[in-house]
Amino acid sequence: MEQGPAGGPAAATTAAAGTGGLLLPLSESEQQRYSELFSRCCPPPEVAAGGSSVGELFRASQLPPDTLHQITELCGAKRVGYFGPAQFYIALKLIAAAQSGFPVRIESIKNELPLPRFMALKNDSEARYGTPAELHGVKFQVPHATLEKNSYKRTDEGDKQEPKSPPMSPICSPPASPSTYQRIPLSYGYGKSRSGLEQQHGAPYEVRHSTHQQDGPSSGNYGAKPALTCSTPNRSLSAEREQQDSSTHYSDDPWRITEEQRDYYINQFRSLQPDLNSFVSGSVAKNFFTKSKLPIPELSHIWELSDVDCDGALTLPEFCAAFHLVVARKNGYQLPETLPETLLPQYLQAASLKPTRDCALFDSYSESLPGGQQTRDFSRSEKTSAEEVADNSALLQEGKKDDKEAVKVSTALKTIPKEFQHLTVKTAAQESNALKARPRSRSYSSTSIEDAMKKGEEPPTPPPRPQKSHSRASSLDLNKIFQQNTQAVRSGWLPPPPPALPPRPSVSQEVVLAQPPSKPTRRKLRAEAQGLETPELSPTINVTSSTPAVKPHLPVQKQSSKQKRAIQTAIRKNKEANAVLARLNSELQQQLKEVHKERIALETQLEQLRPVTVL
Amino acid sequence: MAVCIAVIAKENYPLYIRSVPTENELKFHYTVHTSLDVVDEKISAMGKALVDQRELYLGLLYPTEDYKVYGYVTNSRVKFVMVVDSSNTALRDNEIRSMFRKLHNSYTDIMCNPFYNPGDRIHSRAFDNMVNSMMMQVC
Repeated sequence: MEQGPAGGPAAATTAAAGTGGLLLPLSESEQQRYSELFSRCCPPPEVAAGGSSVGELFRASQLPPDTLHQITELCGAKRVGYFGPAQFYIALKLIAAAQSGFPVRIESIKNELPLPRFMALKNDSEARYGTPAELHGVKFQVPHATLEKNSYKRTDEGDKQEPKSPPMSPICSPPASPSTYQRIPLSYGYGKSRSGLEQQHGAPYEVRHSTHQQDGPSSGNYGAKPALTCSTPNRSLSAEREQQDSSTHYSDDPWRITEEQRDYYINQFRSLQPDLNSFVSGSVAKNFFTKSKLPIPELSHIWELSDVDCDGALTLPEFCAAFHLVVARKNGYQLPETLPETLLPQYLQAASLKPTRDCALFDSYSESLPGGQQTRDFSRSEKTSAEEVADNSALLQEGKKDDKEAVKVSTALKTIPKEFQHLTVKTAAQESNALKARPRSRSYSSTSIEDAMKKGEEPPTPPPRPQKSHSRASSLDLNKIFQQNTQAVRSGWLPPPPPALPPRPSVSQEVVLAQPPSKPTRRKLRAEAQGLETPELSPTINVTSSTPAVKPHLPVQKQSSKQKRAIQTAIRKNKEANAVLARLNSELQQQLKEVHKERIALETQLEQLRPVTVL
Repeated sequence: MAVCIAVIAKENYPLYIRSVPTENELKFHYTVHTSLDVVDEKISAMGKALVDQRELYLGLLYPTEDYKVYGYVTNSRVKFVMVVDSSNTALRDNEIRSMFRKLHNSYTDIMCNPFYNPGDRIHSRAFDNMVNSMMMQVC
């Protein structure tokens, strides 16, 4: 091959130039091998090696992908944006070094190294080059025909992948990956790489062994990678994987989010906003997505697509959709005109939670998430409440001062369920009250209650809000909720199953009526009122179904100890409290949305009034 | 069905202007520009005390022989101007109001986009789609 002898010294000198003064001596066999490989990747009269073939070759070296990225960076291809002879030769040397176990650094290629091994090439040539520290006398007769065949085969598969990302190769801006965003795609790549499942694509990053079956499409993956070496390589490779992965999954739908992607998106969301039920504000999201280096009009369009409710903030499903669109765009997919069905928030929410709720109000998706979490919490609480009731009963006795009606009740039994209810209802109180409740409530050892409290306290709403909503309490729901309360408490009260309505409602009525005086009662009242008016039906249905279910058990447990009854009532109380909390949460989110809208409107007005310096 | 829809910023420069593709679109631009004077007149006529109570919908700004021009001003002094064909008598005032309301809602949706800087020209596809739905379908 004509590049053999000429390539050798040229490579040496250019290698020197490429590595900034490092003279890279190449032995004759190395020269021959490298030049052969280079000509394979870069048929003359081209100057630089094609990214795809180089990628194939690198993949065939069976090094872990991040090593390959390192090599690509080190050899300078990333810097100059293409694989010239110098970069290629240096890269081959680095591959050899890595395969021999040396760290991937410029210094390591100064040593004498064996020739790099490429598994997907002919096996006999691999065997030939397997001997370490043997540079001479290794006569490679690479059977070109078979090599070509292999490369063609892989190229075909690579071509399959290439059409999926046509604009990849042309994209070659001067590399200047921001460090902040690099941090994201590195972990992004890590998260995404776990999408490598049973199919033929993508070796996961943490899997250190490469297998043959990965070579085919992965080489195509990697083939597109060097073209993107200017951009974050990890991200592109992983994104390629993701693209391929998502394309192979679910009937080639690139707009579908896989589980690993979702996990990654959720982690990123958490980094911006710890509470998964809350919003990522517009400015925070803007900064985050601006790091992706997409042009602003495209980001604007992505935002338009993903912010379905147009409130200037992204919920978790909206955020996942936006992130997914950013990823797709970076992979070269054209942005759709409308949001694909698989990226709709309802779809994403349903996919992530699989809730069976049928409350189909417009906030159903926001409600189902806290509801789902609360049911999970509740299942934990059921297990833990047994041992904690004993603790709580002792502690609850002290907390009597908050419970007006409980004081009147003589039996310890009654105090326990009431306190539980009061506790859990208190968690649904507003922010100012929650702050007061927190030190007190932390004294209780109930983990589920604490969790529920924390969730209830998370969405901070200004104090006036509760008053406003309190005024909207609907009487019908009031009756319903109090009936539930009565049923639940009654079962703990009285042995006879048929619940006596009067005593409880009277007590609760006086709670309702005693509005102003003490904060605890007001808190409980307000929370209940808020819980009432949020028109969530299924939690109510669940609670009502649970309470009748519990009642038949009571005659059976009549003979059991008071402790068991207390546990039962505690469980019921928790269920009710969860329902109330769910409703409250959804309403709070509604309010939050409204406030967001108001804020946006005010901000726009402010912008208009401000002297024009933005332009 | 409008013939031309324009969104004018507070400083009276256009943020968005779209006309039905006819031979002389410039005349629509001119019409919109001249209508701004009428808008200002209507706004100032309200007086300083009535700013809060001023209705956003200004109504018919002025009719020409071929067209009628309707105006709408938001509280942040962003003006929506709509040029409607005079021959299209089926359009009632309520319909015009609803069209302006849709415009206003779409505009606030654009504002919600953190990547949109107030004062920039509007390039939103959603907004375009909405405006297209309102424009006369010229075959």
